[in-house]
Amino acid sequence: MINSRFFPLMRKEFIHIARDRRSLLILFLMPVLMMFVFGYAINMDVKHIRMGICDLSRTPTSRALIEAVSASPYFDVTVRYEDPRLTGELFRRREIRAAVIIPREFARDLGASGVARIGVITDGTDANTATLAQNYLEGLFLERSLSAGGVEFPVRIKSRILYNPDMESSHFVVPGIVALLLIMIGALLTSVTIVREKETGTLEQILVSPIRGYEVVLGKALPYLVLAFGIAVFIIIFGCLWFHVPMLGSWSWLTLFCIIYLFTSLAIGLMISTLVSTQQVAMMLALVATLLPSVMLSGFIFPVASMPAPLRVVSRIVPATYFLEIIRGIMLKGNGPAELWRPVLAMIAVGLLFTVMAIRRFRLKL
Amino acid sequence: MSIPFARVKELEKSYGKTVALASVSLDVGKGEMFGLIGPDGAGKTTLMRILSSLLDPDSGDCVVAGVSVSEDPAGIRRIIGYMPQRFSLYQDLTVGENLRFFADLFRVPRRERIKRTAMLLEFARLEPFVKRQAGRLSGGMKQKLALACALVHTPEFLILDEPTTGVDPVSRREFWSILKKLKETGVTILVSTPYMEEAELCDRVALMHKGRVLMTGVAKDIAQGFAGTVYSVACDDTVGLAVWLKGRLTPEQVRIVGTRVHVSLFGDTGRAIAGLEREAATAGFSIAMAEPVPAALEDAFVAMIAERERRHDAA
Repeated sequence: MINSRFFPLMRKEFIHIARDRRSLLILFLMPVLMMFVFGYAINMDVKHIRMGICDLSRTPTSRALIEAVSASPYFDVTVRYEDPRLTGELFRRREIRAAVIIPREFARDLGASGVARIGVITDGTDANTATLAQNYLEGLFLERSLSAGGVEFPVRIKSRILYNPDMESSHFVVPGIVALLLIMIGALLTSVTIVREKETGTLEQILVSPIRGYEVVLGKALPYLVLAFGIAVFIIIFGCLWFHVPMLGSWSWLTLFCIIYLFTSLAIGLMISTLVSTQQVAMMLALVATLLPSVMLSGFIFPVASMPAPLRVVSRIVPATYFLEIIRGIMLKGNGPAELWRPVLAMIAVGLLFTVMAIRRFRLKL
Repeated sequence: MSIPFARVKELEKSYGKTVALASVSLDVGKGEMFGLIGPDGAGKTTLMRILSSLLDPDSGDCVVAGVSVSEDPAGIRRIIGYMPQRFSLYQDLTVGENLRFFADLFRVPRRERIKRTAMLLEFARLEPFVKRQAGRLSGGMKQKLALACALVHTPEFLILDEPTTGVDPVSRREFWSILKKLKETGVTILVSTPYMEEAELCDRVALMHKGRVLMTGVAKDIAQGFAGTVYSVACDDTVGLAVWLKGRLTPEQVRIVGTRVHVSLFGDTGRAIAGLEREAATAGFSIAMAEPVPAALEDAFVAMIAERERRHDAA
């Protein structure tokens, strides 16, 4: 190994990295920026929904109900109005996104028969928020009617959310970003570094030496793996400190799986480098080939289980799908290989598939 | 020359419908400086890339020092030093770092590397610039560095693809004097160039045109084999006369050399030049004197190409 030709290649590559300070700075700042954007913008919990309330009943019962709604962190009661016919206008003017109408007969009906009606109206242009608002309100009203009516409902739901009890989006978004960035940076760096040598003609000079294929690949890729790994450590620690993402599992397992994952990204980068001949195209292709499937199909945002069948198949060859399970499992649940062997094996299989494809395409000729 | 050091046998290579090499055969003797001469697109680069195992030919083979390119490409790579046409060193690495990288790539042992590097730096007069990044060197210095990098593993066979194209005349002369010194150390050199005057610095040359070798031999002999006569004409309007003559004859027969126009003529050349002189005078050119001069390699080459095209058109 010491006598191998890939050491000089590696040393040269490290010189390139060290001399190009600007790119290095971008490589470390971009992930932080992305983490801020994703960590704050991808917020699944809907809070502070602007709400209008039209209380026609004006009874202590209805007021108690309104108080309960106002006290909820999910709703900000911003408008109170008297004429239910205004409801449509309020929605149209974008003043509210949900409305509750308590009819005049509310208290009377409740007293007489024990059954009263409440109108709940939500804005369907944002279906996600509308559904959430509906659910929150239903839950709220159900709970109140049960306790107010004095009826003992046969089933009482006592829910507990494990691993992320506060439902903090950042706790599952930050590990996701790590998965995203690693595959992207690995593929990007590897493909661009090889294609750059194609472009400048230096590859011709290297290939005319008695170097072997694996020496070129390792010599070119390892420095960038080290770099990408450094970036990975940097963003994971940053995520833990800034977003208070817990780390319940073992660092060493995470490190090992990270490295396996990075090898997969390297294989993708290598394959791209065999397909294109300019750095710009390599960059575009690397971004499209990694970022797009990793964001859309890996379960980063949209759960794989709810995808249509053909997309579920595609998601199986997206390496991020497996790494997401692994990193979320380790960080948030404290899982180890005993629980994660399935995604780990699947990730290795996908990685090997890409590696074999890439090496078959990579040739020591022009 | 008993057994040639490098032998190129019936190489064929096409890119789609474009024929880059059409059955090219060459023999290069040990210690020889061999020139590949020809315009762009003649197939020089393709030939050199196949010879250095960077490209696979469609058919044919090359053997260098008993090693076949098709059978043992790695073996070939140990013997040869190759300098591509385009400057292809690392611009952000210093002169010293570039040399060290290529030495390591060929596993030159440390002690030998240090000795060899010092020798090459002195040879190419690059010592003062060891710590300078390659991208900040002048064109001539870059070529010398590229040459040094190709030589760092002490190859037996040096392949240089247009090393002086785009380099200033002073640096070109210096580069060739370095090559001459190299040849004296016993290295066999194959060099391509579009400059005819550089061909005369080679022991032997092959004239290439459209993927074929038209002729091989000593440059002077090829020039002497020229069938016609070259007249050197002086005129107060050199450029104007050249343009007029190109219209009157074929463009290949006319070229400007310094302040004179050289015209290649065939057949009864005495009568032809006299006729041309009269016509030129009528056209308003004052011609001082037309005298026959020895044909240069370029004249012979151009005539050969023209002859070939004529036969091609006829067929």
